[in-house]
Amino acid sequence: MILKYNTIKYLTLTTSMFVIMGCSSDEKQTVTTMNQLVMQDEFDEDGAPNSTYWSYNIGTGSNGWGNNELQYYTDRPENVVVEDGMLKITARRELYMGSNYTSARILTKGKVEQKYGRIEARIKLPLGQGLWPAFWMLGSDIDEVGWPACGEIDIMEYLGNNPTTVLGTVHGPGYSAGESISKSYTLPNSRFDTDFHIFGIEWGEDYINYYIDDVLYNQITPEDVPGEWVFDQPFYIILNMAVGGNLPGSPNAETAFPQTMLVDYIRIYQ
Amino acid sequence: MKNLKFNCLAGFLLLSTIVIINTSCERELSDDATEATFPKVAEIFIEDFVGMGSNFYFPYGGSKPTAWSVDREEGYNSNVSMRFDVPNANDAEGNYAGAIFRIDGAGRNLTEFDALTFYVKASQGVTISEFGFGEDFDQNKYMATITNVSVGTNWSKVIIPIPDASKLLQEKGMFRYAAGTQGTNGMAYTFWIDDLKFEKLGTIRTIGAAIMNGNNASVNTFVGVNSNITGIISTFNLPNGQNQIVNLSTAYFEFTSSNPAVASVDSNGLVTSLSAGTTVITATINGVQASGSLTINCSGNFTHAPTPTRNQANVISIFSDAYNNVPVNYYNGYWAPWQTTVSSDFTVANDNILNYTIFNFVGIEFSAPTVNANSMTHFHLDAFIPGSIAPGRQLRVIVVDFGADGAFGGGDDTRHSTTFTAPFLVSQNWMSIDIPFSAMPGLASRSNLAQIILEGGDGSVIYVDNVYFYN
Repeated sequence: MILKYNTIKYLTLTTSMFVIMGCSSDEKQTVTTMNQLVMQDEFDEDGAPNSTYWSYNIGTGSNGWGNNELQYYTDRPENVVVEDGMLKITARRELYMGSNYTSARILTKGKVEQKYGRIEARIKLPLGQGLWPAFWMLGSDIDEVGWPACGEIDIMEYLGNNPTTVLGTVHGPGYSAGESISKSYTLPNSRFDTDFHIFGIEWGEDYINYYIDDVLYNQITPEDVPGEWVFDQPFYIILNMAVGGNLPGSPNAETAFPQTMLVDYIRIYQ
Repeated sequence: MKNLKFNCLAGFLLLSTIVIINTSCERELSDDATEATFPKVAEIFIEDFVGMGSNFYFPYGGSKPTAWSVDREEGYNSNVSMRFDVPNANDAEGNYAGAIFRIDGAGRNLTEFDALTFYVKASQGVTISEFGFGEDFDQNKYMATITNVSVGTNWSKVIIPIPDASKLLQEKGMFRYAAGTQGTNGMAYTFWIDDLKFEKLGTIRTIGAAIMNGNNASVNTFVGVNSNITGIISTFNLPNGQNQIVNLSTAYFEFTSSNPAVASVDSNGLVTSLSAGTTVITATINGVQASGSLTINCSGNFTHAPTPTRNQANVISIFSDAYNNVPVNYYNGYWAPWQTTVSSDFTVANDNILNYTIFNFVGIEFSAPTVNANSMTHFHLDAFIPGSIAPGRQLRVIVVDFGADGAFGGGDDTRHSTTFTAPFLVSQNWMSIDIPFSAMPGLASRSNLAQIILEGGDGSVIYVDNVYFYN
């Protein structure tokens, strides 16, 4: 009898607690669990990107960086600069070193290389057919094993002619390029070129969770890839904006230049 | 017995606790829940009309009034839709389909929406001339229209961005359309519309608005002359990344004259020149500058031609504000390939002036019907040359009769040319030209007068007024 009374009291209490919690107005999906900040670039100091973290890819790579991209990457402030509390990567239509467009691609290779963790950036994207900005990572053993064996994690990939959609993807051996493992997310009532949005992954052993703002939209695990899971080693970060190429196609008459990708911050948590 | 009572009590306590907590979690009515605005209803037609009243469909003149109906078999994810049967070009009841949908009742507050959307399909691939909203056959103040909309045979969504929803506090003009058979060789077709409603998409981006089609246009005026802001468009980027141009009315814009003493501009974009000088008219929409401008170069007061004093009974008038004019085919025939003369007629204080620019020669024709001037004795015309007169400059005035056949050519046309030179020819002063028919022997008849031709232009400007025959 006494036990039953206590049980009922306990039930009442916990039920009430559940009901109270259920009435809270802060109902949000839990998308991030790692909150210990280990690296950040808030892009607060005007000038070139901080060389402690960033170096540059210059030129056209091999066949437009493997994608028939049209731009020549430079390290000029016209194409990459930090000002107004943001990193600004700007694509321009101009004749330069034999290319018709210039832009920038910066990377943390050899400077910031991270295995697992929550890697996040707050970005506002441009508009226009042919623009191809990305926030992504490559395995740090790329010089030894090459691509795609090193692995590639595309945290955010965007095509300028589709301003409400981004892609989250992995490439690896047996599942690269056209065979990559990818998922798109479309904003229901906003756009990526009119507001800043938060793009990130939470990455651990045997999983990579992709999130945009407060929505977890993709999870990739070893079961999802038809090949070796190569994401148990350090990766470095790349920020760039390509112009034209196999995926986006070329800019058209409506694409207005210059166009800028704005990055408010990059943060890494564990 | 005791246990049962106890269990009942506990159960009751549990339930009541839950109930109490549930009700205490309800939101309270916010303080602005009873705001007095016009209804913010989004839907126009879903399964039926929503909030439109009973008498809401008003077809355009010349359109087939019965083009619209409700189809109870077709629908977008339903079996009800609006059906529009665009008629054959030779349909006696109207050769196109077009109408407005106006609320029979209070207007709606649309300030929280950013687009009018609907699903459309057609019986064949067609291009619909116009879809839009904001026309109410009253002030038509906040119209927005998209043109040449490509419609296929399966349902697709159309988005009409609202240029500035903050202005739509009380709108009755919910929807309008116009569709003809120019693209289908005059052959009838059908299109259906469903799920017509206002939405707050959040996925439209404003690219920019323009006046004068984005050009920096300029015009020469006089005091009292009105000019219009035209070429008014706004470009939006839709959620699919495609740009959409919207034609919108002037009421969305705020207009500014850089030098208001030279010309004023009202809220409808009507520019009135007030004094000599230059001003630039620009516009903003929703606080953002529109591209393009209109520069007014006002030369000051316009000198009017002398007001004719003859009685109407003694006059057959071709062009004058003092008389009733006979039917005129045109005041500028644009005779290709050699004519350069371009008309830029204007009105100053209700006085209409013919303004021939880049003037080399120009023809005025009045042949439907021709003019019988047998009872007339003279031809009159006033001319004004604003620019300088070079030595040897001529102005030739030619009167043409089409002969008994009343038509150009046929071997019976006659004409007489009269040449004017300095000192009669002056600049900056109206010249009154009076030619007696007795001085035009080249005219074998004046029963079928049909043309006045002016020649001797030097590529500059000449104003003409008060063109008539008299006795």
